[in-house]
Amino acid sequence: MLLAVFADIHANRPAFEACLAAARARKVERMILLGDYVGYGADPEWTVETVMGLVEHGAVAIRGNHDDAVVTASETMNAEAQAAIEWTRGRLSLAQQRFLGQLPMTSEDDDRLFVHSEASGPARWRYVQSTADAARSMIATKAQVTFCGHIHRPALYSMSVTAKMTSFVPTSDVAVQLLRGRQWLAVAGSVGQPRDGNPAAAFLTYDTASRNITYCRVPYDIDAAAQRIRDNGLPPWLADRLAMGR
Amino acid sequence: MASDLQPGAVIDGFTVGECVHRGGMATLWTVTRPDITVPLLMKIPRISEGEDPAAIVSFEMEQMILPRLSGPHVPACFGTGDFARQAYVVIERIPGDTLYKRLPGLPLAYEEARALVTKIALALADLHRQNVIHHDVKPSSIMFRESGEAVLIDYGLSHHNQLPDLLQEEFRVPFGTAPYMAPERLLGVRNDPRSDLFSLGVLLYFFTTGVRPFGETETLRGMRRRLWRDPQPPRRLKADYPPWLQEIVLRCLEIKPVWRYPTAAQLAFDLGHPDQVKLTARSEKLKHDPCSTVLRRRFNRDFSAPRPRADVAAQLAASPIVAVALDTAEGSPALNEALRVTAERILKTLPAARLACINVLKLGRVTIDRTLDEHGHNKHVDRMVQLKHWAQPLQLDESRLTVHVLEAVDPAAAILEFAQANQVDHLIVGARQDSLRRTLLGSVSAKVASEASCTVTVVRPPRLAVQDAVEDGDQSVGPAGVF
Repeated sequence: MLLAVFADIHANRPAFEACLAAARARKVERMILLGDYVGYGADPEWTVETVMGLVEHGAVAIRGNHDDAVVTASETMNAEAQAAIEWTRGRLSLAQQRFLGQLPMTSEDDDRLFVHSEASGPARWRYVQSTADAARSMIATKAQVTFCGHIHRPALYSMSVTAKMTSFVPTSDVAVQLLRGRQWLAVAGSVGQPRDGNPAAAFLTYDTASRNITYCRVPYDIDAAAQRIRDNGLPPWLADRLAMGR
Repeated sequence: MASDLQPGAVIDGFTVGECVHRGGMATLWTVTRPDITVPLLMKIPRISEGEDPAAIVSFEMEQMILPRLSGPHVPACFGTGDFARQAYVVIERIPGDTLYKRLPGLPLAYEEARALVTKIALALADLHRQNVIHHDVKPSSIMFRESGEAVLIDYGLSHHNQLPDLLQEEFRVPFGTAPYMAPERLLGVRNDPRSDLFSLGVLLYFFTTGVRPFGETETLRGMRRRLWRDPQPPRRLKADYPPWLQEIVLRCLEIKPVWRYPTAAQLAFDLGHPDQVKLTARSEKLKHDPCSTVLRRRFNRDFSAPRPRADVAAQLAASPIVAVALDTAEGSPALNEALRVTAERILKTLPAARLACINVLKLGRVTIDRTLDEHGHNKHVDRMVQLKHWAQPLQLDESRLTVHVLEAVDPAAAILEFAQANQVDHLIVGARQDSLRRTLLGSVSAKVASEASCTVTVVRPPRLAVQDAVEDGDQSVGPAGVF
């Protein structure tokens, strides 16, 4: 089965639409959504509505820290993120907020684990920035392949049976076979706010039969997304950073 | 697992034959499958308890890399199986022996070694173009097809620029074959394709002198010496060692990768044109570097400083072989100038590019050609002089410039053949301006542009567009078209 994995959509409608179209063109059979549907971007209602529709049709959706912040108001964030969260809360319907509130922190399927931040403490929202972070996550799970997001920078880590680590920055559109016999941690890039210097929207596909993972980048109308952020009076930096990809 | 395997067993449709090799890392078996006609080998890693974990990682690298490789310089891959059931790779069985069998006959004659190593350099160029650094270039990793091409086998230590490097953290000491290992490998650098050129330099040195340039040391301490100590120049060992060959060998064995050839294709180019190798002080050396230099290297930290990440593809792209085809006899001065301007622009942006200037001395189809013209000059030499004269304003270092006069009946075919044989990345040709001649003789540039396997730029001299367009009835073509 061919999976598409989307992380950190952040209410960026043009980016998510472009990624969904690209995934459907690749004949994806199942959608996995790794959280952070809202925050930063200007289209939270449409985004959550779309995610709810996908879930009705069999998609898996996980909770991200921004989704959590909207419904629990517990997390501390930087000023811009906090401003966006408060703005978002005022936009979402009760049904949409209820949907975000009941999302699971993790989901497992066969030898795969889906989580927003990392496996050792899904509710602690720690970033995977190094092989040490990746090792901590992999040791905490029996899953052969973990998919996560949160950091907004694509990466692929592996750990051998002797606990030797490898890290790798994936090349777009080049499939990598996730060999059996070692554990893998696939960090998806961000759909709606890439931070790896490449402003194109990011998602990935994974073929459960061949075990091939392919990181994809999709161009989208950045100006439109940025304009929507400015028009809605959100912090201007949230618009500016989209074109820079950081 | 491997020891359990019996002849006659069937794995994923492959019927196992006899065991032909038992190595430290893997066993090799002949296998057959009804739908595959070429001879096959199944490679099975040794992974039973107590075996070296290196065998597993090396196998994983081969399992990832082999199915992606193609072309005559690699064994074709027909299937892989993972550790879930039976780990294996099935590859084409290349008939014959590896170069290891030649060791008792060393040293080889210079010409034979040159021809041999040229083929290996071409194979490496092809491998590097596929984003792979071999990292274990040595006689036992090299075979030859009956058609002559070198084949590189064993990818267990290789690095693929677009795949995770599983050997990244695996070993505390660099893993590979000590006598052939490039100095930067000792510092953990695994992503520089020029490491393979160093290993090939070791092989060339060994095959032409009978002596390994860095001995046979296996200790880390012994290996580290090559970070500061250069080898004895071959001429010290053999008085008749050709200067051009010493130039090539010592350039391959430069301690810093940046002083070696930038690409395997450029090394193959020099090996293919020994008379055009730019001789530097390297070619004359009779002793290795003085103590002061060695001490400076040893205690100079710049080599061990972290280097920016070298990207295999970027490095190849920055060091192309550019060839410009000039018509010195009939080409107009304006066209030749336009060609020079175009060549200059390309070379300015790529300091590691080299330029080959080619000219075709056209032979008559039926007449017997004379080497001398009506005034008694040697036509071939005259053309060489003209090419050098054309290139002079570019002010290229001699190591970046070569000139070639090809003799052929069909100029386009000769240019295409040159580009193919010399791994040319970019051809620059002028378009014949005289439309009557073009009609009668056909367009060389059109044939070259349509049939070349590399990038071709067709150059036209600048002209007054409106006036010429009216004369030619051709408004669509600009001053230069890039194909």
